[in-house]
Amino acid sequence: MKRLLTGLALLALAGGGIGWLLTAPGTVEASRLDGVTGEAARGEAVFTAAGCASCHHAPDSKDKQLLSGGQAFASDFGTFYAPNISPSTEAGIGGWSLQDFANAVLKGTSPRGQHYYPAFPYGSYSKMEIQDVADLWAYMQTLPPDATPSKAHDVGFPFNIRRSLGGWKLLFFSDDYVMAASDAAGGERGRYLVEALAHCGECHTPRNPLGGLDTSRWLAGAPNPSGQGMIPALTPDKLTWGAEDVAYYLASGFTPDFDSVGGHMAAVVDNFAKLPAEDRAAVAAYVKALPAPD
Amino acid sequence: MKRSIALIALLSTLGGTAAIAQDTNAHLKARQGQFRILALNLGVLGGMAKGAIEYDAAVAQAAADSVAGVAMVHQATLFPEGTDAMSLDGTRADPGIWDNFDDFNAKWAALGEAAMKAKETVGSGKDAIGPALGMLGGTCKGCHDTYRTPE
Repeated sequence: MKRLLTGLALLALAGGGIGWLLTAPGTVEASRLDGVTGEAARGEAVFTAAGCASCHHAPDSKDKQLLSGGQAFASDFGTFYAPNISPSTEAGIGGWSLQDFANAVLKGTSPRGQHYYPAFPYGSYSKMEIQDVADLWAYMQTLPPDATPSKAHDVGFPFNIRRSLGGWKLLFFSDDYVMAASDAAGGERGRYLVEALAHCGECHTPRNPLGGLDTSRWLAGAPNPSGQGMIPALTPDKLTWGAEDVAYYLASGFTPDFDSVGGHMAAVVDNFAKLPAEDRAAVAAYVKALPAPD
Repeated sequence: MKRSIALIALLSTLGGTAAIAQDTNAHLKARQGQFRILALNLGVLGGMAKGAIEYDAAVAQAAADSVAGVAMVHQATLFPEGTDAMSLDGTRADPGIWDNFDDFNAKWAALGEAAMKAKETVGSGKDAIGPALGMLGGTCKGCHDTYRTPE
């Protein structure tokens, strides 16, 4: 009997240990960063395409480059507050290394080895090219530092246990693309912009009850996480615009009938308007090639 | 007698509610109508910018003049208290408008300024349309970003 109990206890320990290992925050292999040097000038376009400022700029600031954080993002799991990612060493990420930054962006892991909540779209950024990560890091260090402390997220039990996010990552986190590589014109670039940098799927794709993206309904429209209204579908069953209309919308904020963009999408359009026309055309080509959801 | 007084009271209450509903309906119609006028005229300029419509200085001028005309409409008259998206169906006016009415007015005034510049430039040639539209569109976004609720 005693032996049986010991055996069971050992098994439980082993099971717990495996679970603990499986939910451990991942990091980027240091070798991937060997010989990679970031260039701030190239990083600006990555920063714009990735829309970092849209969420991290101060809520009431006109200066979209001041990344002091503080914007609130409501969700089914609680309210998340974008943290300070300015180059301040105390309040922001000024004290980080490139490795820390790559772990955050590609793996959703903090320098202290904790999981980030997926309100930070690392599920999309995980597909970012390592050179783009380095360029982005170089660029962000040129932005103004701000000493505003990050605000704690307002998230209840059990979601406030960061380790549980390891389970979430096991289930839903992947650095695979959703759409197969397409040989359509602009396809590769369009896919990289839509699925990785601009992280369109984070809002335009519905989520399951655990907050994982339902990729079988990729970009098929979703309830607005703020609880009000819908984020529109981009799939051909719903979106009637032509590729030129999509590209023009991303440049000007005007729909084909000259209504104008609103809500968080206005910030997205601000970003796309700064990118080259070929990038907008590539996104439009990707969107128009989407399959209708099942 | 008592019953008929009650009935009259009830009827007048109902009548009152109907009158208020009709009132706000007029406000919503006026608001949405002015945005339609803007959209149609921006559509003329946009069509020329995209090359879908041939550039015509007089037509472009008329469109810019119309946008500037709408921008002169005083918004407080169209946006009385209680006509936000939480209180009424059929509007996407964010309740925040009434918390920050000065800011809302400033954003509308920004449309007016952009429209005045567009009036001065769009008649000068096709190349002036794009920048004018960019400015006008920026002011649309600037306000919708904050004060229009999602669909």
